[in-house]
Amino acid sequence: MTVLERPDGAQPEPIETDVVIIGAGPCGLFAVFELGLLDLKCHVVDILGKPGGQCSELYPEKPIYDVPALPIVTGQELTDRLLEQIKPFNPVFHFGERIDGLARQTDGRFLLTTDGGQQFLANVVVIAAGGGSFTPKRPPLQGIEAFEGTSVFYSVRRMDDFRGKDVLIVGGGDSALDWTLNLQPVVKSLTLLHRRDEFRGAPHSVNEMRRLVEEGRVRLMIGQVTALHGEGSKLAAATVKTAIGQETIGVETMLPFFGLTMKLGPVADWGLNLNENLIPVDTEKFETSEKGIFAIGDINTYPGKLKLILSGFHEAALMAQAAQKIVYPDKKVVFQYTTSSSSLQKKLGVK
Amino acid sequence: MAKITFIQPDGSAQVVTAEPGLTVMEAAKMADVPGIEAECGGACACATCHVYVDADWREKTGKPSDMEEDMLDFAFDVREESRLSCQVKVTAELDGLVLRVPAKQF
Ligand SMILES: Cc1cc2nc3c(=O)[nH]c(=O)nc-3n(C[C@H](O)[C@H](O)[C@H](O)COP(=O)(O)OP(=O)(O)OC[C@H]3O[C@@H](n4cnc5c(N)ncnc54)[C@H](O)[C@@H]3O)c2cc1C
Ligand code: FES
Repeated sequence: MTVLERPDGAQPEPIETDVVIIGAGPCGLFAVFELGLLDLKCHVVDILGKPGGQCSELYPEKPIYDVPALPIVTGQELTDRLLEQIKPFNPVFHFGERIDGLARQTDGRFLLTTDGGQQFLANVVVIAAGGGSFTPKRPPLQGIEAFEGTSVFYSVRRMDDFRGKDVLIVGGGDSALDWTLNLQPVVKSLTLLHRRDEFRGAPHSVNEMRRLVEEGRVRLMIGQVTALHGEGSKLAAATVKTAIGQETIGVETMLPFFGLTMKLGPVADWGLNLNENLIPVDTEKFETSEKGIFAIGDINTYPGKLKLILSGFHEAALMAQAAQKIVYPDKKVVFQYTTSSSSLQKKLGVK
Repeated sequence: MAKITFIQPDGSAQVVTAEPGLTVMEAAKMADVPGIEAECGGACACATCHVYVDADWREKTGKPSDMEEDMLDFAFDVREESRLSCQVKVTAELDGLVLRVPAKQF
């Protein structure tokens, strides 16, 4: 399977494909299989850095008991098995990218644009966006919005943006530790703030961080941010509550790492009918209010909808039949079993 | 049955009757207690079911496990009395429990 890295600044040519699947959760992954059996090529885009959606992000080690024929399977195992199952169709994954724009072109195809500037031209779009994009949690600090993008960042795109700055990193997991280690050599000063003197991150990163603290190159504070101060979008200081009281420290940049939450995000901007943050679809094709745009899995709604993985799998199968008619309008659809059809088996690479 | 009182940041209180065996989060969701989001459905994977345990009840509810402590790192304004309500089981012993809901779960 090919994984394309985020293009850095460059504006690449639009990628032409039969189908773009938005979301690499279980339903988006299984859609690759059903579409693949019908000869449709897929690109799959997910804002997460890995496949599996909720299953791998929220409960990789928890058991699922209601996936047919798998009496017990963990979120990560299910993801791994789906990846194995769709391998013959060689989908192209674009991780760490969010689909922001979706608009129909004059030729009837859809133009999709990611936050990284990558564009796709597709005949069919499958929205498998689940509960929405996984988005970094925003600490509920008064006025934080004003600083976002200028002084407050939830990820590091370019280390150079932090060069020579007084930086505050908040959190105790791998993201907080990794960026402490990576940014320390380029910044002017670095404070790592965590609510307790225990870190969940990889032991080797914790040791490395402790070494930098001992050498006086990183300041470790145990406490929590309670207020931000600054002018306009420029952060100047942060107030920190510690065990012994309050302290206001001068910082120009803050990186809070409080994990991810699911937000509907750009799906709301594509002009589709929505019903309480869900996309209404029919139950024959699972098509949205826009012809050629389908919605499967947790993101859709219809009478009797159950937000279960198995429902999303069924939706993927029916959606694929309708998608094929769009891409190959003249092809006669023949119903076949994978057990006995030699042409399907050839596609699966088992014949 | 155990009665659990949820106090909102504005001081308003809601008493919920909870069946032993459920988690406090589940009891709160069934009664639509505002501010208990529980995005991950109780998997100890989201920290959006954060509550503060009233001082009188801290001994009975006990301390968070290591896994819960790790997840509390993802909560905001964590205090000594912080718990993730999906990790607290309702028992007859907890009849009368008083919890405070944080101003924001994120
Ligand atoms: C703790 C827990 C336990 C569960 N247990 C079960 C169970 O036992 N059985 C069961 O059937 N179900 C269970 N579920 C529900 C199940 O996980 C969901 O039904 C399933 O994950 C839905 O799959 P999906 O592919 O529709 O969406 P998701 O898994 O939500 O994946 C959607 C993906 O789309 C991405 N995305 C969204 N918008 C964009 C965008 N604009 N650009 C790029 N990417 C985007 C998101 O980042 C996400 O990765 C459980 C859920 C949880 C949280
Ligand atoms: S419901 Fe997610 S951690 Fe409690």
